Amino acid sequence: MTFTAPVLNYTLLSPMLILLGGALIGVLVEAFVSKALRPIVQLILTVGTLVLSLVQVWRIRDEESTTAAMGSVVIDGPAILLQASILIISIISVFLIADTDQFTALAAALPGSDEERHAVQTGNQVTEVYPLTLFAISGMMLFPVSTDLITLFVALEMLSLPLYLLAGLSRRRRLASQEAALKYFLLGAFSSAFFLFGMAYLYGYSGSVTFAGIRESVVGGSGNDVLLLIGIAFVSIGLLFKVGAVPFHAWSPDVYQGAPTPVTGFMAAATKVAAFGAMLRIYYTVFANAEWSWSPLLSAIAIITMLFGSLVAIAQRDVKRMLAYSSIAHAGFLLAGVIALNKAGLEASIFYLFAYGVATVGAFAVVTLVRDSGGEVTDLNRWKGLGKRSPWVAATFAGFLLAFAGIPLTSGFIGKFSIFSAAYENGAKGVVIAGVLSSAVAAFFYIRVIVLMFFTDPIQDGTSIEIPSILTRTAISSSIVLTILLGVYPAPLLTMITNFSTFIR
Amino acid sequence: MMWLTLLMVLPLVGSVVVAGLPKANEKLTKQVALATTLVVLGTTIAMAVGFERDNVELQFVEKYAWIPSFGINYALGIDGLALVLILMSTILAPVVVLAGWNESHGGRWSVKTFYILILVLETMMIGVFAATDLFLFYVIFEAMLIPVYFLIGGYGTGERSAAAVKFLIYSLFGGLLMLASIIALYVMSGAQGGHTFDLAALSNLEMSSTTQNFLFLGFFIAFAIKAPLWPLHTWLPDAAQSATPGTSVLLLGVLDKVGTFGMIRYCLSLFPEASKTFTPAILVLAVISIIYGAILAIGQRDLMRLIAFTSISHFGFITMGIFAMTSQSQSGATLYMFNHGFSTAALFLVGGWMISRRGSSTIADFGGLQRVTPVMAWMFFLAGMSSLALPGLSSFVSEFLVLVGTFTRYPVHAIIATFGIVLAALYILIPVQKALHGPTTPGNENLNDLNLREKIAIAPVIAIIVVLGFYPSPLLNVINPAASHVIAQFGFSDPVPNLDSGDK
Repeated sequence: MTFTAPVLNYTLLSPMLILLGGALIGVLVEAFVSKALRPIVQLILTVGTLVLSLVQVWRIRDEESTTAAMGSVVIDGPAILLQASILIISIISVFLIADTDQFTALAAALPGSDEERHAVQTGNQVTEVYPLTLFAISGMMLFPVSTDLITLFVALEMLSLPLYLLAGLSRRRRLASQEAALKYFLLGAFSSAFFLFGMAYLYGYSGSVTFAGIRESVVGGSGNDVLLLIGIAFVSIGLLFKVGAVPFHAWSPDVYQGAPTPVTGFMAAATKVAAFGAMLRIYYTVFANAEWSWSPLLSAIAIITMLFGSLVAIAQRDVKRMLAYSSIAHAGFLLAGVIALNKAGLEASIFYLFAYGVATVGAFAVVTLVRDSGGEVTDLNRWKGLGKRSPWVAATFAGFLLAFAGIPLTSGFIGKFSIFSAAYENGAKGVVIAGVLSSAVAAFFYIRVIVLMFFTDPIQDGTSIEIPSILTRTAISSSIVLTILLGVYPAPLLTMITNFSTFIR
Repeated sequence: MMWLTLLMVLPLVGSVVVAGLPKANEKLTKQVALATTLVVLGTTIAMAVGFERDNVELQFVEKYAWIPSFGINYALGIDGLALVLILMSTILAPVVVLAGWNESHGGRWSVKTFYILILVLETMMIGVFAATDLFLFYVIFEAMLIPVYFLIGGYGTGERSAAAVKFLIYSLFGGLLMLASIIALYVMSGAQGGHTFDLAALSNLEMSSTTQNFLFLGFFIAFAIKAPLWPLHTWLPDAAQSATPGTSVLLLGVLDKVGTFGMIRYCLSLFPEASKTFTPAILVLAVISIIYGAILAIGQRDLMRLIAFTSISHFGFITMGIFAMTSQSQSGATLYMFNHGFSTAALFLVGGWMISRRGSSTIADFGGLQRVTPVMAWMFFLAGMSSLALPGLSSFVSEFLVLVGTFTRYPVHAIIATFGIVLAALYILIPVQKALHGPTTPGNENLNDLNLREKIAIAPVIAIIVVLGFYPSPLLNVINPAASHVIAQFGFSDPVPNLDSGDK
């Protein structure tokens, strides 16, 4: 038996390879650099790696290839856009992750133990969060460009495993944080199992694990449809779990609430881009010709997700849980882009993912600022009168909420308009109407927060606004500027997306 | 010259200047705000001079690509209808600033913020009437809710935040229904020769009558919430009661006109067939609004709520005029929009002064103001007479035109609506009698009469009410061609009065 060495196109893979390299160096830094220097070295290394990767993505923007890694990875317009979005969102998120006060000093120590107290007192802060983040990002980069099921699954695990850990790293309320991590892990493992199960059926149906091979069988229509249907259903469950669509959403409120807020922001924004990126690729290329078999079900899931997310969010009293349900509702809106199954839908989804991701990171950044002596204050009742205490922070948060609500002149409106019109174009009128109605419902709870912040008198309970560090300030201001800019003058980005977004098969 | 863009930019510039002023110097802030609104008014008048009144095409047209991927343009242009409404808005803005000189003091935020919101709102008020791109219109239509929301919630009185939220949720709900219709139009335009939001192009779309009916409803409900038409009116009395008088003037005088303006500009022009289909139902709603608003106005104890309910009645007249589809009723409705702006402004402003002096908005707390504060009492009386459409005052002309125009096609509706006039006499004369006449109620003896600033602020409003009552033709000359054009363009024609043959 002869062994053929794989032919890899390193230039095209370089954005991902750079990230993996940076993550490995990060592990070494963790082991060998002195305590005092570690945070700053890790931060510079991480941001540097991400920027370098972004530059590399930009340099290969005109390349198209299906053979970058023996047919397992495709580099095309949407891939470039999605990877760039993930990187930009990640850079903003890393600015938040740099706030070490959010993370436990020693993740290995038991909550409340002497060991932990000692680590805090001596300032012995472990900074494994940076390499973990980089590993997760490299998984996210690979997920939407994978073109065979094996690579797709590896990417899924690569992005998920570090996230499970990251969710458990909170400095305060560590038990809740660890509970969140465990919950995320267990349910994530279930969904991975479903995903693998579906993969097996797809292999059984087509005799191939590559997207091209499966697609051929779908187009040819020669295989056993039952196998195909089971395969589609279970692969979809795996993906829908990652994006937090109803009824696979149960993990997200708890995880959003328990995880350290910077991680929540990162997870909510970047994971969505990656997961929807992969989903778009699979449905638009592999399953496109079997639209009849998944479109009705996915439409139903989209409608339920939008309505459920919006309605349940009304009852939330915790800002992080509210944002979690809001992100469920947004997953429903994004599913409309998948259902659209046309070029407009792809473009709209990419725009929406980027705009929503940026606004989400910004919103969670603001959440990190509202604190009392015990850490972050996420109880909405204690956000009363925030507008009086620090009008700028409150106004910024209001800006993000208005973007989530899809009010014109914010990026959210352009996103919503484009995604709904794409879905309408494909005849998904029910989805559009449900989307519009749930937008109205959603507006209600976003506005309620604005009312709390601006129209309610503050209560004296020690809640205060932390003066943001320069990094947090950069994160928040760049998010809000992008959110408004993409609402007022989205033409350049939209034109770019139009020029780029055609999947090659 | 880009008149319309200039008009929209000026208030924005003013708001930036206001934002840069020191917070402590409130007087300067107000002066800058007033100066800005006056400059805008001057510019509007300069533009209006160049308006060719017999030209029914859009004038002062501007068009630039905004979001080319979706075929969205920044496109402006006005006809007689839009010109009249822009003129009304820009006259009301300085009046509101001057009349409500001290309104901003009781607010949650600084005086500065108040005027920034007002000036931003003025930009949007001009833009919403000038937009000829459906997407641009929608953006402004929705975005203008935000400053009003903060004006009500931040500077109002009583249950201000609840009223602000109610206003916003109602409006957003309507807006989103409209968005669904807009998306449908956009997709259809894509299927029929390229994505566009250009009004002229959209009005040529071919669609089945079912589709047209649904899309019409999306637009109409949004506009009927704005206008507000019974039964979608319930947000208005709360908002008017809680908002400052100046905000109420802008809300009822200008923003609600976007509803009736939209019915003409968008409902009629985009969906002429559906408009015909729904006309009987809408006319019934309009007549109900007229009577219902009037009856509830009679029952109000709160002065501001009373004015709000009178407006519901008046908007019923306007809507009836629009959908009666005769050139007289159209002209009357448009003129009514303009006149209602001023008669309501007068009522709200004078009412606001009465309330701030007395410290109560309950009508029963007033009494004998005629003796204590004669000028204020006369102003309120005049405003009230204009509201009940006394001949010789401006509202009479428009109400008469609407009724005459409606009668030629829908005599029954017109006759029932006439009872609205009778009721109007009641709802105005009762508060006039209670508040102005009779013995002076204890607590009212030492109220001050209007000061010079207030007199200057109310003078132009009263002047317009009186002058246009005697001599409405300058305005009608602008409105008539536009109104006839609307009627003709959509295949309606005035019923021919042929009494001799009797075969009609």
